[in-house]
Formats: sequence, structure tokens, C-alpha cells
Amino acid sequence: MKVIKIDKKNWAEGLKRLADKFPLFGPVQKDEFHIFKELHKDELPDLSLQNTRLSPKSVVYPQSETLFEYTLDEKQADHHILKEIDKDYLPRAVVGIRPCDAKAFLLVKRNFDTPEYKDPYWIKAYQAVTLIGYACNTPCSNCFCTTAGCGPFHEEGLDVLLVDAADHYLAQIMSEKGEKFITAAGWDTSAGANDLREQVQTLKQAAETKITARVSTDKLKDKDTTALFEASFWEDVAFACINCGTCTYACPTCWCFDIQDETFGSSGIRIRNWDSCMYPLFTHHGSGHNPRDMKMQRVRQRFMHKLKYYVDKYANGIQCVGCGRCIRLCPVNIDIRKVCDLMNSFES
Amino acid sequence: MFAYIEKIKEISNRLLKESTVDLIIGFRKGTVPMMNEPCFAKTPEAVDGLVWDSNCGINLANYLANRKEKIGIVSKGCDSRNIVTHIIENKIKRDQVVIIGVPCKGMIDRHKIEAMFDTEIEAVTEADGRLNIKGDGVDTAIDKKDVLQQNCTICTHRNPVIYDELAADLVEEQTDVDKYEDIRRIEDMTPEEKWEYFEDLLSTCIRCYACRNACPLCYCPTCFVDESQPQWVGKSQNPTDIRTFHFLRAYHCAGRCTDCGACERACPMGIKVRILTKKLEKDCLELFDWESGLTLEKRPPLDTYRPDDPDDFIK
Ligand code: SF4
Ligand code: SF4
Ligand code: SF4
Ligand code: SF4
Ligand code: SF4
Repeated sequence: MKVIKIDKKNWAEGLKRLADKFPLFGPVQKDEFHIFKELHKDELPDLSLQNTRLSPKSVVYPQSETLFEYTLDEKQADHHILKEIDKDYLPRAVVGIRPCDAKAFLLVKRNFDTPEYKDPYWIKAYQAVTLIGYACNTPCSNCFCTTAGCGPFHEEGLDVLLVDAADHYLAQIMSEKGEKFITAAGWDTSAGANDLREQVQTLKQAAETKITARVSTDKLKDKDTTALFEASFWEDVAFACINCGTCTYACPTCWCFDIQDETFGSSGIRIRNWDSCMYPLFTHHGSGHNPRDMKMQRVRQRFMHKLKYYVDKYANGIQCVGCGRCIRLCPVNIDIRKVCDLMNSFES
Repeated sequence: MFAYIEKIKEISNRLLKESTVDLIIGFRKGTVPMMNEPCFAKTPEAVDGLVWDSNCGINLANYLANRKEKIGIVSKGCDSRNIVTHIIENKIKRDQVVIIGVPCKGMIDRHKIEAMFDTEIEAVTEADGRLNIKGDGVDTAIDKKDVLQQNCTICTHRNPVIYDELAADLVEEQTDVDKYEDIRRIEDMTPEEKWEYFEDLLSTCIRCYACRNACPLCYCPTCFVDESQPQWVGKSQNPTDIRTFHFLRAYHCAGRCTDCGACERACPMGIKVRILTKKLEKDCLELFDWESGLTLEKRPPLDTYRPDDPDDFIK
């Protein structure tokens, strides 16, 4: 794994060269917060951020994505046939994604790319991105990534890890895609000295010690699912929830969607939209029956999915990277750290 | 604030002990700065966790609709107005609630404070109208009145309009506030400017519906946006559908909205959704001399019919 040094003076120039080759996505300021968007020429990713308000999952998995189009006009030969929409899956790079958000793609991949089922849209979009991570030197106080299988300098899922080191960036190159990205930018790759790796390690340790928020997840696996499901604390946990779904829309690891057909006149499209287990419609059956028609059941589903069903099914930790967004954005302050600890320490 | 909290606890314990109510709805301390969590309390231990400070902007009337128990509810001015609206609209019975009135001096807008500093804010404490803000390299005090939620700066009903208990002395009401300066500015725009304004206003909306769900008025079992037979509105990020949601929701709140600000406070994207409901609030005031949630004695303008209605389209 090679580490190079990019003088900040050469940063913009390199990105410009890259922008000529393929689209760049990055964080930019919008009103009072940051969003991820495609950068237009000469626009630089704003790396002064702590993190974007919403996760960058939308770069690979848009909130609304048109999958098919169709016509109902029987005069057309191909009426009532779903035709796939042409999409652009050409290479692109996301510059300035935080390590937790990059790792989150790997969690989501477990759902969209399995031996039995392959979601072609997600997979193609994911393959198209090169992820240039931006290490967190000053993690925010409600991040608990280090106890959620991740960390401020976490490497999994990244092609390059960029570390801010005063007047320069240290870029740790971790994949072929990353190598290509750095080469295309034309930054000097010769200075791959060993002590640069040590510098990264030192900054990493400093960042990790700044993270004080943590969760305990060690006992989740051994808990009895039914007992946990019936635990008496859910009523108290769920009381404040307004079922707004903000926690799931903002979350980099939430993957649920809904499919809708929209027709206008005789032509129509089939769209997939994000959905959320916090909404009553999520489980509303055609019969009218709703197995989760109470708020408490929906709140429980979110936490049980992230912290128990997922844990049991994939044996790979919790379905959460500890980014803290749901904690920061929940309008009524429902805190996954608190709920996780309740679940982990639950005795039936 | 401390005196408020002690009084709220004392009242709550008494109501529970005398079995006047089955539970108390209030706030407990949040896990992050400038946030509290709505909660219920049925035991002295839970009552002990109740708090009151300038981070109680969520409207607790939202937790009342359709409940069957007898409830003690902590309510600031706007919450009490929404309780009045609930009673008028038969969402709760008057004798089912014991209103613990909390005279209010405004709630703080945490996003305003966050935007003032480059570093993250780790702790905020308050005393005598001042907020002490602490963070990495930050240790300073600011005036609370400079960082209030916008609706609180123009609020003229800080005292609960109905109550059974009172947690503190009534506060002086604000007079001389110009409530509709922003609305007039938009009214004066050309249609093109208005279009652009609304387009920009709603451009970051993710349709999570936190605004709707935080609102005590939005208690419909199935909201029109969730209806599927017929499906009135598409569900994607289509801008027309997003606007339809917002404009129609605002109309559904006409003559009912108390400008409590819970919707705006809940929005993860900082969208100023109140601008829509405020226009209708202004219309109701100008056309019907109506302010919502002030009295149990009068029916709201939109559910009354008068034979002498000045408009003839209805006759
Ligand atoms: S963000 Fe909070 S209130 Fe909204 S659905 Fe999630 S837990 Fe409930
Ligand atoms: S559950 Fe919350 S903390 Fe965990 S990844 Fe999702 S938004 Fe981040
Ligand atoms: S928490 Fe809910 S929305 Fe998120 S992935 Fe699980 S079921 Fe889906
Ligand atoms: S629309 Fe907003 S301001 Fe009006 S009552 Fe509902 S939450 Fe309060
Ligand atoms: S809360 Fe904000 S983002 Fe969510 S639907 Fe309302 S305006 Fe849109």
C-alpha cells in the first residue's frame, strides 16, 4: 500500500485534470450544511466539512430512480412492454467521502449483490465509482464508528484514503482504481517513502482517541430474538418517535425501496424510490391488513433489523457504521447508542 | 429553569399519586446538546427525569390524539393552543387532560447556534436569558433572544391559553411584533419571482414528512399523500409532487395552525415550511379575524357556515 504526498498547492490542478476525464462528485455547502453532488467544472469538493447532512448513498442509489418506461398506446407495437432506460454507468469518482460512508456501501452490498439475487442497477452504479475517502482528523462527538466496525481512518471500501496533514494531503492508495485516479490527476507519485505511512498511523491514532462515544454490541448475537422482540423497553423507546423516517433516509446503510408505476396519458415509467420501515405504508398489505400498524412495532423493526436480524443473518457486525446521522437528525432525539446498549444488556 | 422543573415534578407526582391522571407527557433530557426527548412518566422515577428548558420546541399536543387514558401534559403556549384545537376537533376530550401550563420565553434554534461556530458544540447551558456555549476552543456566552426559533420571536401567546396547573408565574406577552414581514415580501413578488422562491424553498426536500409528522394537526389516519386508491400524488422526487404535498398540506392546516414551529424544527433539511402555513394564518386573521387555538367557545372559520357569508360562491 503506497502513500504519497500531495501538496495542497497542486490539489486543485490535479482535480481539474481529473474533471476532464470523468465526472467528480463531492461535498459542497448548501445553505447551512453540506450535500453530495456532481461537481461542475472548476468546482472543488469542500473539505472543510465534518460530514454531509445526508449520506452519499444517493450517488450509487438515488432516492428516485427510473428503471423502465412503457406505453399503453395499443397502436404502438411495443405497448405494455417495460423497456429498460439507458443509464450512464461510466466511471466517476467521489472525492471526500468519509470512511464510514464508504464502508456503508459494503454493508448495503450484502443486500444488493448476493449469490441468489443481483440488483443490476445498484451493482453497476457501485462498480462505476472510485471512492476517494477523507479521513476524519476531528471526528464529531456523536460518531461511534470505532465500536461499530469502522473508524475515522477506516480503509475498507475505499480506493484512496486522503489524510489532511497541514499544508499537504497524504494519499494512501489502496486499489487499482485508486492508482488510476492518482495517475490521472498527475500528482507526483514518487515520494512514496515509508515515513509517510507512519505519519498516517500517528494521525489515525490521534483521531481514534478523540472518539469517546461508543456502543456495546458483543452480546447481541446471543440474545434470544423473541425475548428481545417482546422486551418491555420498546414502549418507552418508541414513545417520542414521530415515524418520520429521517433516520433511515439519512442513514448510509439503509437500503429499503418501493417500486411505483407512474402513468401520464398513455406513457409511463416504473420508478424505484427509497422507502422506510418507519412508514405505515411499508408493510401495508393489499388486503388492507398491516402487520406493523403501530408505531412501536415500526421503531422496533428498525432497531431489530440493524442490531439483531442483520447481526444474525450475516455474522458480520451490526447494520450501522456509527456515522451518527440518525442521532443528529432525529427531531425527537431517539438515540441508537442508547437503544443498542439497552438491547445488548437486555436480560429476559 | 430549575424552579420550573421542580414545579413540574411536584405537580406530576401529585397528579399521579392522586390518580388524577394515568400518565404525564413531558420531556426528558436529551443525549445531545440542545435536544430533549418527549417522554411519558407513570412512576416517581420517571417523573424525576422530567426536564424543562429552551430545548422543548417539539409540540407535545402531537402525542395526545386518540389516546384513551387520562393524561397530564406539560404545555407551553403553542402546545396549549394545539390542545384547544384537538379538543375542538374531537381528538381528545377536555376532561381527559390535565394541562400543566408552562409560561414560555421561547425555544432556541440549535441550527442557528451551530451555524455560528466553526467547531462542534459540545454543551449548552442556560441562565437568565444567556446561553453558555462550550466546544473545542469555544467557551462563550450569547443572548438567548438572538438564537430563538423564528416563530418564537414573533409569538404573542407565550402563556398557555388554557391550563389546570401552572409551573411558574405567567410571563409578559410580546406586543408590537411584526408577524408577517416575510409573508408580505413574498406577496409583493411577481409570479416569476414567487415561482423561483418556492422552487428554491423546496429544492432540498427529501419527502421524509417529518414536518407533517411533527405537526399535531396532521393526525389523519391516512394522509392524502399516502392514499393509493386513488393515488393523488406520485411518490418520487418529482418536483411537482413535492410541491403538491407542501401546498396541499398547508391548506389542510388553514385556520388550525398555531405557528408552533414544530414542523420547521423537525425538518432534517432546514426547510422553512412555515412560510406556507403562515400565509394562510395571515389570511385567516385578515378575512375572519381568527387566530387558532385560543378558545373552546368558537368554531374555526373553515368549519362554520354563516347565511350572511360575504362570498356568494357558496350560496
Ligand atoms: S428520525 Fe427519530 S422520530 Fe423520525 S422516524 Fe427516526 S427515530 Fe422516529
Ligand atoms: S444507524 Fe445511524 S449511526 Fe448507524 S449508520 Fe445509520 S445513520 Fe449512521
Ligand atoms: S432499518 Fe428499516 S429502512 Fe433501514 S434497512 Fe432495515 S428495514 Fe430497511
Ligand atoms: S403546521 Fe407547523 S407551525 Fe403549524 S401547527 Fe403544524 S407544526 Fe405547528
Ligand atoms: S421535513 Fe423537510 S425534508 Fe422532510 S418532507 Fe418536510 S420539508 Fe421535506
